[in-house]
Amino acid sequence: MNNDEEKLQSLLKEALPAINTELSRDLWPHMLRRLDESASSVPWFDWALATLLVAGVAISPHSILLLLYHL
Amino acid sequence: MPVLEQDSELLQQFANGDPGAFERLFRDHQTEVYRWVVRIVRDPAAAEDLTIETFWRIHRAHARFDPQRSFSAWARRIATNAALDHLKSRPREVALVEQFVAPASSDPVVQKDVRERTQQAFCRLPAKLRIVATLALIEELSYKEIADALGISAGAVKVRVFRAVRQLRSELTRLGVTP
Repeated sequence: MNNDEEKLQSLLKEALPAINTELSRDLWPHMLRRLDESASSVPWFDWALATLLVAGVAISPHSILLLLYHL
Repeated sequence: MPVLEQDSELLQQFANGDPGAFERLFRDHQTEVYRWVVRIVRDPAAAEDLTIETFWRIHRAHARFDPQRSFSAWARRIATNAALDHLKSRPREVALVEQFVAPASSDPVVQKDVRERTQQAFCRLPAKLRIVATLALIEELSYKEIADALGISAGAVKVRVFRAVRQLRSELTRLGVTP
């Protein structure tokens, strides 16, 4: 590192002082909440599929027979 | 970050999707992941959220984890990507300030002003450059360590540091601070 870079480094260190890196609490309860939320949420592609099916039935009501046949 | 290696059985259980193994890994590694992330984003609240985000990504990717490899190194890389995404999502400091020439002075007001302008210049760096500037210039990590965390070569880190320094110097000059 040259002299200029060292000056810039000291300027940065002065402007962005050291931070406390200690974790103050256990994050596991938050992690559990995140896992629960994701388990209960419906993926976007399921919604897209449901929308397509409803739209298909609305446009062509006879297609419901085909849909029921496949279920 | 201290390397905390796990027994291979636990890592294999995690890779197989065992929730208990995931919890144990979370409890063992949350502190080191947090410490790494907070050094990058320099915001404790954001670092906590990013620690959760990192483990969420780890949880989703469990099947891709190779139990023969280091969990710490894998977690660190995922944490770095999460921190990078966070930095990218935040709008860069765009406030324009009048041209100002800071005289060489021991005046605390001037020093405070120089600090603020330096922070402003730093925040204007693109996320990819800011992350290497933080780790190389402020945290003084080796290029090798940064390269491992970012998944790039040490040469690429060196180039990014060079570009960050050049861009910082140019921005500081524009703001009237002579580094």
